Amino acid sequence: MSSADLTNERDLPPGRETSATGDIAPERDGPRDTGMDDASLHRWLARTWRTPPGIIGALSSVDHKVIARRYLITAFLFLCLGGLNAVAMRVQLSGPQRGLIGPDLYNQLFTMHGVTMMFLFAVPIVQATGIYLVPLMVGTRNIAFPRLNAFGYWVYVSGGLFAWVSFALSMGPDVGWFAYVPLSGPEFGPGKRADVWAQMITYTEVSSLAVAVATIVTVLKQRAPGMSLDKIPLYVWALLVTSFVVVFAMPAVMITSTFLILDRLVGTHIFNPAEGGDALLFQHLFWFFGHPEVYIIFLPATGMVSSIIPAFARRPAFGHLGLVLSLIAVGFLSFGLWVHHMFATGLPKLGASFFTASSMLIAIPNGVQIFCWLATLWEGRPVIRTPLLFVFGFFFTFVIGGLTGVMLASVPLDLQVHDTYFVVAHFHYVLIGGSVFPLLGAAYFWFPKITGRMMSERLGRWHFWLAMIGFNAAFFPMHIVGLWGMPRRVYTYPAELGWGNINLFISAGAVLFFVSFVLFAFNLVHGALRGTPAGDNPWDAGTLEWATSSPPPSYNFARIPVVTNVEPLWAEREALPVAAGLRVDARELIVSTVAEAHPDVREKSATPSIWPLLAAIAVGATFLYSIFTPWAIIWGAAPIAVTLVGWFWPKGDPEDEE
Amino acid sequence: MNQRPVLDISDLPTFGHGPRSPTWWGTLGFMALEGTGFALAAGAYLYLATLWPNWRLSAPVPNHWPGTIVTLLLVVSLVPNHILNGYAKRCAMGPVRIGMVVMSLLGLAPLVVRWFEFPALNIYWDTNAYGSMIWVLLGLHTTHLITDVGDTIVLTVLMFTHHGYSGRRFGDVGDNVFYWDFVVLTWIPIYLLIYWLPRLG
Repeated sequence: MSSADLTNERDLPPGRETSATGDIAPERDGPRDTGMDDASLHRWLARTWRTPPGIIGALSSVDHKVIARRYLITAFLFLCLGGLNAVAMRVQLSGPQRGLIGPDLYNQLFTMHGVTMMFLFAVPIVQATGIYLVPLMVGTRNIAFPRLNAFGYWVYVSGGLFAWVSFALSMGPDVGWFAYVPLSGPEFGPGKRADVWAQMITYTEVSSLAVAVATIVTVLKQRAPGMSLDKIPLYVWALLVTSFVVVFAMPAVMITSTFLILDRLVGTHIFNPAEGGDALLFQHLFWFFGHPEVYIIFLPATGMVSSIIPAFARRPAFGHLGLVLSLIAVGFLSFGLWVHHMFATGLPKLGASFFTASSMLIAIPNGVQIFCWLATLWEGRPVIRTPLLFVFGFFFTFVIGGLTGVMLASVPLDLQVHDTYFVVAHFHYVLIGGSVFPLLGAAYFWFPKITGRMMSERLGRWHFWLAMIGFNAAFFPMHIVGLWGMPRRVYTYPAELGWGNINLFISAGAVLFFVSFVLFAFNLVHGALRGTPAGDNPWDAGTLEWATSSPPPSYNFARIPVVTNVEPLWAEREALPVAAGLRVDARELIVSTVAEAHPDVREKSATPSIWPLLAAIAVGATFLYSIFTPWAIIWGAAPIAVTLVGWFWPKGDPEDEE
Repeated sequence: MNQRPVLDISDLPTFGHGPRSPTWWGTLGFMALEGTGFALAAGAYLYLATLWPNWRLSAPVPNHWPGTIVTLLLVVSLVPNHILNGYAKRCAMGPVRIGMVVMSLLGLAPLVVRWFEFPALNIYWDTNAYGSMIWVLLGLHTTHLITDVGDTIVLTVLMFTHHGYSGRRFGDVGDNVFYWDFVVLTWIPIYLLIYWLPRLG
């Protein structure tokens, strides 16, 4: 596509009058970037887009990169906490009849481990990566709805604190990460532990949903001119599909947790079979969210793989269209599998067969992706660096997890190993193999962009091999001990069962895996402080985030790129085509059309504001109070309303008024 | 990286109505997720209704009149809502102010009647699961209604200040119209589920 196509009047949407009519104050036009020299342009944009100084300034930031960095660090801290939960459990299980941890604490430990890893680490970290990268990759200056994005972060932090402070007070949830009724219901779940689970879910889902909407709108409406649907990078496609899955899946778990807290707090009977409710309804609602959840974690990871492989194979991804269609197919199919988590509940046979078939069906688009990646590597000239090593680790581990997944999709086998360590092994292969390994690869890949410095390649290789060996040593034997009949979620086992040695081996592997993360943390800190400077594009990759400096300036791009190819930097090696004409004294960015990305509107992006934080505090306090009394919703409504009005009320900036 | 300007966008407008505006898409996103929540709550209700052969569980039928009045009010409100949309598109301040006041009142009116809907259900939320589900459905929609009416009132006040003379604000009015349609639309299936489904049993 040539730039002439973009400005062709024929292609522009109707009704594109430049002079607004009606009762509108005339635009106070400011200086534009057209023809401005680079130094003045930088001075203007840096002043317009900066995060204000001071603590209040920092708390008011709406820069997607600042928010994403906070998200990434917070999610990494929760990963460490969840990992420590796991190490504590493995120490307890390293031999028969160890008395280190009692059953009550153990119940809290495995629940907190699951809840932390799923809701406070996995989903937030993939979304945070998207918050950082999506606006850069689509060539815009900030995420859509930047204040909503900031609000999402604050709600997430308060949810995480709420769960962990509760745990420290020995009121951490102890009913498993999926908190089935009747165990979590009013009859068998005394105290506040199950309520903590329910409200922690509400916090984190509010935050995920906010980020998902912001991501969708960024991808649909803020793409750089020329980035038509067929030129969207695969990573951005993955985040777009994931965000849609979030929008349609997360409400299910919010409904589940709300119904649960209503049953517990005000005496409704939704899950109570004695009064016309049903306990299985909980499982249906939960897994209608819970299965797509796996793909919410996995799909962004495939996007990372699709970014890393072309950069190191030195060629564009093989089968771009096939990869995009696979992503979409997985997104749809992920909603048709939830009942395979419920095979042991005595469902009608026909229903079980349907869900067996759909569970096997989803292996097809996933297989297509794997073969496209292999073909890309086969056709390219792979340069083996740490990010690519982790992609290889992903192939190896995820394929094993996928195979045990196909095994578990058949009802007889599932019934045999239900609630055993075989299942624990399966989902750790899928989640760690399918998501954590690509994430680690992505950390090495994009770290230079975020910090401007490289991580150590030598430590990276050590990290990779330690992680690979530690992970497989910890989780592969779980298949075996599961087939032997060891149930999950037991705090100990008698010596006579003969599970002692293999469990000691598993625990040793777990410690090794943990050590690999210590090494990773060291490499992160060392890289950030002492790493060699990276330059704009250390891997000579082809997508737009590498077109700007490392770390990127607050305004991302001095001029908005015009996209001509799916790997724009490879297609335009001499000079990047750019658009001119935006104001530099107000936060202007280009809003484009959904399919063709024709530039359509010069819209202004929101300025920094403290109100999203205040709104998050009001919302968080209401959720916290609501585990004690339903009146919290009434009392909380006023502060929430006040903070929301403060948030949306215009303050007189050009960003608000024009 | 070197740059070469190839495109001049200085003539683009600074706001767009409807699908041209990101806010419209954001509103659509929130409708999608709230709609999913409603659909799942309705699904849960139907799941329980089909599970128990004597659904309604011996409770008396609800009095549908308050609900029917709310339905009529909501349906009627669509007419001024869409007239308002036309004025918002033309950025005509006078009629938009009148329209926003009318829509605020037409938002408050069903809320007043809604107050009488809860006792008309003829059952409490803690009597049995049937009572729980119809209170939940009605409660969900009431939350929805209160939120949107609050939003409409704040926007109405805003349109009476100098901040109103901006393309963005008229765009906000358009999005408010769009969202109200959704509030009305979601009510219809919930109305049928609460008041007419129990009469089938």
